[in-house]
Amino acid sequence: MGNGTSIGRVRGLGSAHSGAHHWLIQRFTAIGNLFLGGWLLFSLLGLPNYSYITMHDWLAHPLPATLAGLLVLCTVWHARLGMQVLVEDYVHDAGLKFASFAALNLAAFGAGAFGLVCAIRLALGGA
Amino acid sequence: MASAGVSRPKRPLSPHLQIWRWGPAMAVSILHRVTGNGLAVVGIATLLCWLGSLAGGPDSYALFQAQAGTWYGQVVLVGLSWAFFNHAASGIRHFLLDIGAGFELVANARWSVLTPLIAILATAACWAAVWLR
Ligand code: HEM
Repeated sequence: MGNGTSIGRVRGLGSAHSGAHHWLIQRFTAIGNLFLGGWLLFSLLGLPNYSYITMHDWLAHPLPATLAGLLVLCTVWHARLGMQVLVEDYVHDAGLKFASFAALNLAAFGAGAFGLVCAIRLALGGA
Repeated sequence: MASAGVSRPKRPLSPHLQIWRWGPAMAVSILHRVTGNGLAVVGIATLLCWLGSLAGGPDSYALFQAQAGTWYGQVVLVGLSWAFFNHAASGIRHFLLDIGAGFELVANARWSVLTPLIAILATAACWAAVWLR
């Protein structure tokens, strides 16, 4: 490892060893999105109407509620990974990049938690 | 750099939008990015509004339904379903490219043209089923 050119400073260090993991989880969650999104799509198309009663009765069952919770988690995880790539590609200032990642993580955890609480509330009859 | 020995020359960045000649493959690529990030922001927001309004009770769901029924609500919902189908189609294309298939010029261009068409057809079929029932 030298300290001259940019390539010289990183040569010999090997890979960061985290890119493959990100890439794989992006695929795993994409497969989840495919199934869970398809489930939501066909469920909505199969409902007789979109009144509160119909929607609520459907989502109050354990299986739909579980799948709704999983849909939230899987899409949020996938979106969190995907938007990280967007930031890495377009935000080059180190401070701004750090702030973007911080905001992205807060938003992802917030969205995931809120969606789960909603699904659980629907399932356990709080609403 | 003659003046300051420590300053580094600007390294070349990876090719950006304006460098590529437009073609089917790059159009699918940028559409995948646009639809993915659109879904991430608007899609998840809408999903949570829908679930949240249901969890909040009949009144909040009525509010959601009223907004979803307006012309702009319908534009958002149709747009999201299109984004989902388009991203799903180009995502499946990603899976095929991941295993090393579909890189030959003709096959690559063919599927690049077909993925957005499949998405438009799926969107149309989906909303026909909703509106015509
Ligand atoms: C329906 C099934 C889906 C499939 C098969 C799928 C597939 C993929 C794949 C393979 C990638 C990685 C592309 C790459 O490595 O360059 C990706 C990226 C991404 N996906 Fe999905 N995805 C799906 C659904 C979703 C959903 C529902 C969202 C949003 C909530 C989403 C948001 C994103 C984002 C933001 C990216 C990053 C795009 C970029 O800036 O390069 N995806 N998707």
